[in-house]
Amino acid sequence: MTERSEGINKHSTSGHSSDEGGLMTAVAETDLARHFEHTIERDQRIEPRDWMPEAYRATMIRQIAQHAHSEIIGMQPEGDWITRAPSLRRKAILLAKVQDEAGHGLYLYSAAETLGVDRADLTTRLIERRQKYSSIFNYPTPAYADVGVIGWLVDGAAICNQVPLCRSSYGPYARAMIRICKEESFHQRQGYELLMTMMRGTDAQRAMVQDAVDRWWWPSLMMFGPPDQDSPNTARSMAWKVKRHTNDELRQRFVDMTVPQAEALGVTLPDPDLRWNPERGHHDFGPIDWDEFKRVLRGDGPCNAERIDRRRRAHEEGAWVREAAAAHAAKRRTP
Amino acid sequence: MNDLYEVFVRGKRGLNHVHVGSLHASDDEMALRNARDLYTRRNEGVSIWVVKASHITASSPDEKDPFFAPSADKVYRHPTFYDIPDDVPHM
Repeated sequence: MTERSEGINKHSTSGHSSDEGGLMTAVAETDLARHFEHTIERDQRIEPRDWMPEAYRATMIRQIAQHAHSEIIGMQPEGDWITRAPSLRRKAILLAKVQDEAGHGLYLYSAAETLGVDRADLTTRLIERRQKYSSIFNYPTPAYADVGVIGWLVDGAAICNQVPLCRSSYGPYARAMIRICKEESFHQRQGYELLMTMMRGTDAQRAMVQDAVDRWWWPSLMMFGPPDQDSPNTARSMAWKVKRHTNDELRQRFVDMTVPQAEALGVTLPDPDLRWNPERGHHDFGPIDWDEFKRVLRGDGPCNAERIDRRRRAHEEGAWVREAAAAHAAKRRTP
Repeated sequence: MNDLYEVFVRGKRGLNHVHVGSLHASDDEMALRNARDLYTRRNEGVSIWVVKASHITASSPDEKDPFFAPSADKVYRHPTFYDIPDDVPHM
């Protein structure tokens, strides 16, 4: 554990010491737990040095770290297109977007560190596959239209997921999410604009867009996680207000938002069962291939090995930069 | 890149510096440059402070902390403590 952010060197923990022995500690713990629950009930935020149940801390570390890893790994699928983007304008936009993903990763590592973990350690856990990242980034980007579709669908799904997280009960995470959501809207809009431009082009360009939509639609729906009946932690996460809607609720919201966007764009979403249900007031859609989801999450997706390998190489090949910076700082400290 | 720095950004002239997050850097200058790249990519600030996290001494942020208790029971510090008749103007 490293001493952490947002208030270090706690100079007074009056009343919560354990030197009176086990009974006093147990009483104090119950008190603290009640205060924690009360804070959440009143929709107030838990801050880094507040008492929190160990399970809450572990859940937040896992959630924020997975999110941070997703942003960092998420640079790779689109990063390949930076040098191949068709114009200087598109290059500059894509570069700014991928730089944002790096920034989002760093905001999130910063939030995770408030819980007493070290980001170097989190990077190690990612590289050693002890922590996960979003399954979506294990799919390849063979065509330039993929850049547009990722912005539209993948970032669109991410926004659906992330907007409610701005009200997460964990303060540093909620604040990071507010900043991320503000920046994310540019990501989605640049993608949709890119696709509109291609749809106004040649038949081959329109076919390229449709092909990318066909490949990304189902993996985008999987981004919301397993169906509610297979998501055992949902109830507790909702009670803690670290999750505000269930996976299926968010997935439905995304489908309802996306269908008219697809119509306006002139593409077909690859689901024969997709149709408006006037009784439910929502779109019905076909079954999701959860076996594929599990396979990709387990590490057997099309690009899992490549993504982790590249992250590991970047970390190892960047070691000399970290060492040089430390040596430079040390040299300047000695007169 | 061993030191953890806390980052504070002044949004514009006249506003306070506000804490925005943290980063790692090997010295103060690098912390400042990294803070510019990380927290002000869209014109969010006109000034940045970075300070080593280990140099910050903090109270508990919990409002139930006894540290803040002495300020809670002094209602006479607030203007609403004093009853003034409605017909006394400009009070």
